[in-house]
Amino acid sequence: MELHAVSSEPAPKPTRAAGFHRFANPGRFLRLSEALLPWLAAGGILLAAVGLVWGAFFSPADWQQGQAARIMYVHVPAAWIALSGYLALAGASAASLVWRHPLADLAAAEIGPVGASFAAVCLATGSLWGRPEWGAWWVWDARLTSMLVLFFLYLGHIVLVRAFDDPIRGYRAGAVLALIGVVDLPIIHFSVVWWNTLHQGNSISLLSAPSIYISMLWPLIFATLGYSLGFAAIVLARLRAAVLERRLAFLLLAQAEQAERQSFSAAGLASL
Amino acid sequence: MNPLPFIVASYAIAIIVPATLAIAALTRMRRAERRLRAIDPRAARRARAGRHK
Repeated sequence: MELHAVSSEPAPKPTRAAGFHRFANPGRFLRLSEALLPWLAAGGILLAAVGLVWGAFFSPADWQQGQAARIMYVHVPAAWIALSGYLALAGASAASLVWRHPLADLAAAEIGPVGASFAAVCLATGSLWGRPEWGAWWVWDARLTSMLVLFFLYLGHIVLVRAFDDPIRGYRAGAVLALIGVVDLPIIHFSVVWWNTLHQGNSISLLSAPSIYISMLWPLIFATLGYSLGFAAIVLARLRAAVLERRLAFLLLAQAEQAERQSFSAAGLASL
Repeated sequence: MNPLPFIVASYAIAIIVPATLAIAALTRMRRAERRLRAIDPRAARRARAGRHK
Protein backbone atom coordinates (compact mmCIF):
# COMPACT_ATOMS: atom_id res chain seq x y z
CA MET A 1 0.00 0.00 0.00
CA GLU A 2 1.28 3.41 -0.88
CA LEU A 3 1.39 5.82 1.99
CA HIS A 4 1.85 8.92 -0.14
CA ALA A 5 -0.18 9.16 -3.30
CA VAL A 6 1.57 11.18 -5.96
CA SER A 7 -0.78 13.49 -7.80
CA SER A 8 -0.54 13.53 -11.59
CA GLU A 9 -1.61 17.18 -11.62
CA PRO A 10 1.11 19.81 -11.77
CA ALA A 11 1.96 21.56 -8.53
CA PRO A 12 0.06 24.84 -8.06
CA LYS A 13 2.00 27.94 -8.97
CA PRO A 14 3.03 30.10 -6.01
CA THR A 15 0.57 32.93 -5.55
CA ARG A 16 1.50 36.62 -5.23
CA ALA A 17 0.90 36.34 -1.47
CA ALA A 18 3.32 33.38 -1.24
CA GLY A 19 5.92 35.50 -3.05
CA PHE A 20 5.37 38.29 -0.57
CA HIS A 21 5.69 35.84 2.33
CA ARG A 22 9.22 34.95 1.21
CA PHE A 23 10.36 38.37 2.46
CA ALA A 24 8.60 37.83 5.78
CA ASN A 25 10.96 34.98 6.66
CA PRO A 26 13.04 36.40 9.56
CA GLY A 27 16.31 34.85 8.34
CA ARG A 28 15.83 36.21 4.82
CA PHE A 29 14.76 39.56 6.25
CA LEU A 30 17.96 39.78 8.33
CA ARG A 31 20.15 39.05 5.30
CA LEU A 32 18.22 41.47 3.06
CA SER A 33 18.17 44.25 5.65
CA GLU A 34 21.90 43.87 6.32
CA ALA A 35 22.58 44.43 2.60
CA LEU A 36 20.06 47.28 2.18
CA LEU A 37 20.70 49.29 5.33
CA PRO A 38 24.02 51.00 4.40
CA TRP A 39 22.65 52.04 0.99
CA LEU A 40 19.42 53.43 2.42
CA ALA A 41 21.27 55.31 5.17
CA ALA A 42 23.93 56.75 2.85
CA GLY A 43 21.38 57.69 0.17
CA GLY A 44 19.09 59.27 2.77
CA ILE A 45 21.85 61.37 4.35
CA LEU A 46 23.20 62.50 0.98
CA LEU A 47 19.85 63.44 -0.59
CA ALA A 48 18.56 65.13 2.57
CA ALA A 49 21.81 67.11 2.93
CA VAL A 50 21.61 68.29 -0.68
CA GLY A 51 17.92 69.21 -0.33
CA LEU A 52 18.33 71.05 2.98
CA VAL A 53 21.45 73.00 1.98
CA TRP A 54 19.91 73.89 -1.40
CA GLY A 55 16.65 74.93 0.26
CA ALA A 56 18.29 76.92 3.06
CA PHE A 57 20.92 78.81 1.06
CA PHE A 58 20.40 78.60 -2.71
CA SER A 59 16.67 78.48 -3.47
CA PRO A 60 14.82 81.78 -3.99
CA ALA A 61 12.67 83.36 -1.30
CA ASP A 62 8.92 83.17 -1.81
CA TRP A 63 7.36 86.30 -3.37
CA GLN A 64 4.64 86.40 -0.71
CA GLN A 65 6.07 84.70 2.39
CA GLY A 66 9.68 85.78 1.93
CA GLN A 67 12.48 83.88 3.72
CA ALA A 68 10.09 82.07 6.09
CA ALA A 69 9.07 79.83 3.16
CA ARG A 70 12.44 78.04 3.61
CA ILE A 71 10.80 76.17 6.50
CA MET A 72 8.89 74.32 3.75
CA TYR A 73 12.01 72.21 2.99
CA VAL A 74 11.81 70.55 6.40
CA HIS A 75 8.06 70.86 7.09
CA VAL A 76 6.78 69.20 3.89
CA PRO A 77 9.13 66.15 4.04
CA ALA A 78 8.21 65.61 7.72
CA ALA A 79 4.49 65.78 6.82
CA TRP A 80 5.00 63.40 3.89
CA ILE A 81 6.83 60.90 6.13
CA ALA A 82 4.19 61.16 8.86
CA LEU A 83 1.43 60.35 6.34
CA SER A 84 3.23 57.66 4.33
CA GLY A 85 4.60 56.17 7.58
CA TYR A 86 1.05 55.81 8.85
CA LEU A 87 0.09 54.13 5.57
CA ALA A 88 3.00 51.69 6.08
CA LEU A 89 1.82 51.13 9.66
CA ALA A 90 -1.69 50.36 8.39
CA GLY A 91 -0.25 47.99 5.73
CA ALA A 92 1.75 46.11 8.37
CA SER A 93 -1.34 46.02 10.61
CA ALA A 94 -3.47 44.58 7.77
CA ALA A 95 -0.77 41.92 7.13
CA SER A 96 -0.71 41.20 10.86
CA LEU A 97 -4.49 40.69 11.03
CA VAL A 98 -4.76 38.69 7.78
CA TRP A 99 -1.64 36.49 7.91
CA ARG A 100 -0.82 36.71 11.64
CA HIS A 101 2.84 37.03 10.75
CA PRO A 102 5.14 38.02 13.64
CA LEU A 103 7.32 40.17 11.36
CA ALA A 104 4.27 42.30 10.46
CA ASP A 105 3.53 42.75 14.18
CA LEU A 106 7.10 43.84 14.85
CA ALA A 107 7.10 46.15 11.80
CA ALA A 108 3.94 47.91 13.01
CA ALA A 109 5.38 48.27 16.53
CA GLU A 110 8.64 49.73 15.19
CA ILE A 111 7.07 52.11 12.63
CA GLY A 112 4.86 53.72 15.32
CA PRO A 113 7.49 55.69 17.33
CA VAL A 114 9.36 56.80 14.18
CA GLY A 115 6.15 57.99 12.50
CA ALA A 116 5.08 59.78 15.70
CA SER A 117 8.44 61.59 15.83
CA PHE A 118 8.05 62.82 12.24
CA ALA A 119 4.45 63.90 12.95
CA ALA A 120 5.80 65.87 15.93
CA VAL A 121 8.49 67.44 13.70
CA CYS A 122 5.78 68.39 11.18
CA LEU A 123 3.63 70.01 13.90
CA ALA A 124 6.60 71.82 15.49
CA THR A 125 7.99 73.16 12.21
CA GLY A 126 4.47 74.10 11.10
CA SER A 127 4.05 76.05 14.32
CA LEU A 128 7.41 77.79 13.75
CA TRP A 129 6.25 78.68 10.23
CA GLY A 130 2.84 79.87 11.41
CA ARG A 131 4.18 82.36 13.97
CA PRO A 132 5.89 84.74 11.50
CA GLU A 133 3.26 84.20 8.77
CA TRP A 134 -0.06 84.11 10.65
CA GLY A 135 1.03 85.74 13.90
CA ALA A 136 -0.02 82.63 15.84
CA TRP A 137 1.77 79.46 16.95
CA TRP A 138 -1.39 77.41 16.55
CA VAL A 139 -4.87 77.75 15.08
CA TRP A 140 -7.66 75.15 15.21
CA ASP A 141 -7.59 74.91 11.43
CA ALA A 142 -8.81 71.70 9.69
CA ARG A 143 -5.33 70.79 8.36
CA LEU A 144 -3.55 71.39 11.67
CA THR A 145 -6.22 69.65 13.73
CA SER A 146 -6.36 66.56 11.48
CA MET A 147 -2.54 66.38 11.63
CA LEU A 148 -2.71 66.58 15.43
CA VAL A 149 -5.23 63.70 15.34
CA LEU A 150 -2.70 61.67 13.30
CA PHE A 151 -0.05 62.35 15.97
CA PHE A 152 -2.47 61.13 18.67
CA LEU A 153 -3.28 58.03 16.57
CA TYR A 154 0.43 57.22 16.48
CA LEU A 155 0.68 57.74 20.26
CA GLY A 156 -2.41 55.58 20.80
CA HIS A 157 -0.87 52.80 18.73
CA ILE A 158 2.43 53.00 20.65
CA VAL A 159 0.62 52.75 23.98
CA LEU A 160 -1.83 50.04 22.85
CA VAL A 161 0.76 47.57 21.51
CA ARG A 162 2.58 47.77 24.87
CA ALA A 163 -0.51 47.79 27.11
CA PHE A 164 -1.15 44.04 27.39
CA ASP A 165 0.72 41.29 29.25
CA ASP A 166 0.18 39.10 26.19
CA PRO A 167 2.01 40.93 23.37
CA ILE A 168 -0.13 39.23 20.68
CA ARG A 169 -3.27 40.89 22.10
CA GLY A 170 -1.43 44.22 22.05
CA TYR A 171 -0.43 43.77 18.40
CA ARG A 172 -4.02 42.86 17.41
CA ALA A 173 -5.53 45.82 19.27
CA GLY A 174 -2.92 48.17 17.78
CA ALA A 175 -3.62 46.80 14.30
CA VAL A 176 -7.36 47.49 14.64
CA LEU A 177 -6.65 51.06 15.82
CA ALA A 178 -4.18 51.62 12.96
CA LEU A 179 -6.72 50.46 10.36
CA ILE A 180 -9.51 52.62 11.81
CA GLY A 181 -7.12 55.59 11.87
CA VAL A 182 -6.49 55.35 8.11
CA VAL A 183 -9.66 57.41 7.66
CA ASP A 184 -7.66 60.43 8.91
CA LEU A 185 -5.26 60.33 5.93
CA PRO A 186 -7.73 61.53 3.22
CA ILE A 187 -9.11 64.03 5.74
CA ILE A 188 -5.62 65.52 6.17
CA HIS A 189 -4.99 65.57 2.43
CA PHE A 190 -8.33 67.09 1.39
CA SER A 191 -8.85 69.31 4.46
CA VAL A 192 -7.57 72.34 2.54
CA VAL A 193 -10.09 71.60 -0.24
CA TRP A 194 -13.14 70.67 1.86
CA TRP A 195 -12.89 73.53 4.37
CA ASN A 196 -11.77 77.14 4.40
CA THR A 197 -8.40 76.89 6.09
CA LEU A 198 -5.67 79.28 7.10
CA HIS A 199 -3.19 76.63 5.94
CA GLN A 200 -2.31 77.06 2.28
CA GLY A 201 -3.62 74.66 -0.37
CA ASN A 202 -1.66 71.76 -1.87
CA SER A 203 1.15 73.06 -4.11
CA ILE A 204 1.99 69.60 -5.48
CA SER A 205 -0.57 67.21 -6.91
CA LEU A 206 -0.31 63.90 -8.75
CA LEU A 207 -3.02 64.94 -11.20
CA SER A 208 -1.86 68.43 -12.17
CA ALA A 209 1.30 70.44 -12.68
CA PRO A 210 2.88 71.77 -9.47
CA SER A 211 2.05 75.37 -8.63
CA ILE A 212 5.47 75.83 -7.05
CA TYR A 213 8.41 77.46 -8.83
CA ILE A 214 10.79 74.82 -10.29
CA SER A 215 13.88 76.09 -8.45
CA MET A 216 11.96 75.61 -5.19
CA LEU A 217 10.53 72.25 -6.28
CA TRP A 218 13.88 70.51 -6.84
CA PRO A 219 15.32 71.02 -3.34
CA LEU A 220 11.94 69.97 -1.94
CA ILE A 221 12.08 66.75 -3.98
CA PHE A 222 15.65 66.04 -2.83
CA ALA A 223 14.79 66.68 0.82
CA THR A 224 11.63 64.54 0.62
CA LEU A 225 13.47 61.65 -1.05
CA GLY A 226 16.29 61.90 1.50
CA TYR A 227 13.89 61.89 4.45
CA SER A 228 12.00 58.95 2.90
CA LEU A 229 15.16 56.86 2.57
CA GLY A 230 16.22 57.94 6.08
CA PHE A 231 12.84 56.89 7.47
CA ALA A 232 13.15 53.50 5.73
CA ALA A 233 16.68 53.05 7.13
CA ILE A 234 15.62 53.92 10.70
CA VAL A 235 12.61 51.57 10.56
CA LEU A 236 14.71 48.79 9.03
CA ALA A 237 17.40 49.15 11.73
CA ARG A 238 14.76 49.12 14.49
CA LEU A 239 13.01 46.11 12.93
CA ARG A 240 16.33 44.29 12.56
CA ALA A 241 17.08 44.99 16.23
CA ALA A 242 13.60 43.74 17.23
CA VAL A 243 14.04 40.47 15.26
CA LEU A 244 17.49 39.91 16.81
CA GLU A 245 16.16 40.68 20.31
CA ARG A 246 13.34 38.18 19.83
CA ARG A 247 15.80 35.53 18.62
CA LEU A 248 17.98 36.33 21.64
CA ALA A 249 15.03 35.92 24.02
CA PHE A 250 14.16 32.52 22.48
CA LEU A 251 17.77 31.32 22.75
CA LEU A 252 18.08 32.45 26.39
CA LEU A 253 14.79 30.72 27.21
CA ALA A 254 15.92 27.51 25.49
CA GLN A 255 19.25 27.61 27.37
CA ALA A 256 17.46 28.16 30.69
CA GLU A 257 15.09 25.24 30.01
CA GLN A 258 18.01 23.00 29.06
CA ALA A 259 19.90 23.95 32.24
CA GLU A 260 16.77 23.26 34.29
CA ARG A 261 16.32 19.83 32.70
CA GLN A 262 19.98 18.97 33.34
CA SER A 263 19.74 20.01 36.99
CA PHE A 264 16.54 17.92 37.39
CA SER A 265 18.14 14.86 35.83
CA ALA A 266 21.29 15.30 37.97
CA ALA A 267 19.10 15.59 41.09
CA GLY A 268 17.17 12.45 40.03
CA LEU A 269 20.42 10.48 39.55
CA ALA A 270 21.72 11.66 42.90
CA SER A 271 18.58 10.50 44.70
CA LEU A 272 18.88 6.96 43.22
CA MET B 1 9.15 89.94 12.25
CA ASN B 2 12.60 88.52 11.49
CA PRO B 3 12.01 84.93 10.31
CA LEU B 4 15.64 83.79 10.79
CA PRO B 5 15.26 82.37 14.34
CA PHE B 6 12.18 80.42 13.20
CA ILE B 7 14.02 79.01 10.18
CA VAL B 8 17.06 78.02 12.29
CA ALA B 9 14.84 76.38 14.95
CA SER B 10 12.90 74.46 12.27
CA TYR B 11 16.05 73.12 10.64
CA ALA B 12 17.53 72.23 14.04
CA ILE B 13 14.42 70.22 15.00
CA ALA B 14 14.25 68.54 11.58
CA ILE B 15 17.91 67.47 11.82
CA ILE B 16 18.22 66.61 15.53
CA VAL B 17 15.08 64.44 15.83
CA PRO B 18 15.82 62.07 12.89
CA ALA B 19 19.54 61.96 13.84
CA THR B 20 18.63 60.94 17.41
CA LEU B 21 16.24 58.27 16.09
CA ALA B 22 18.93 56.95 13.73
CA ILE B 23 21.64 56.82 16.40
CA ALA B 24 19.27 55.12 18.88
CA ALA B 25 18.22 52.53 16.24
CA LEU B 26 21.83 51.83 15.25
CA THR B 27 22.96 51.48 18.88
CA ARG B 28 20.07 49.12 19.65
CA MET B 29 20.81 47.04 16.54
CA ARG B 30 24.54 46.77 17.28
CA ARG B 31 23.85 45.82 20.92
CA ALA B 32 21.41 43.08 19.83
CA GLU B 33 23.93 41.75 17.28
CA ARG B 34 26.72 41.72 19.91
CA ARG B 35 24.57 39.96 22.52
CA LEU B 36 23.39 37.39 19.97
CA ARG B 37 26.97 36.67 18.88
CA ALA B 38 27.91 36.13 22.53
CA ILE B 39 25.39 33.30 23.06
CA ASP B 40 24.74 31.91 19.58
CA PRO B 41 27.71 30.18 17.91
CA ARG B 42 25.96 30.28 14.48
CA ALA B 43 25.60 34.08 14.65
CA ALA B 44 29.28 34.40 15.64
CA ARG B 45 30.34 32.16 12.69
CA ARG B 46 28.21 34.19 10.26
CA ALA B 47 29.70 37.44 11.55
CA ARG B 48 33.25 36.08 11.13
CA ALA B 49 32.43 34.86 7.61
CA GLY B 50 30.99 38.31 6.78
CA ARG B 51 34.15 40.05 7.97
CA HIS B 52 36.43 37.77 5.90
CA LYS B 53 34.45 38.22 2.65
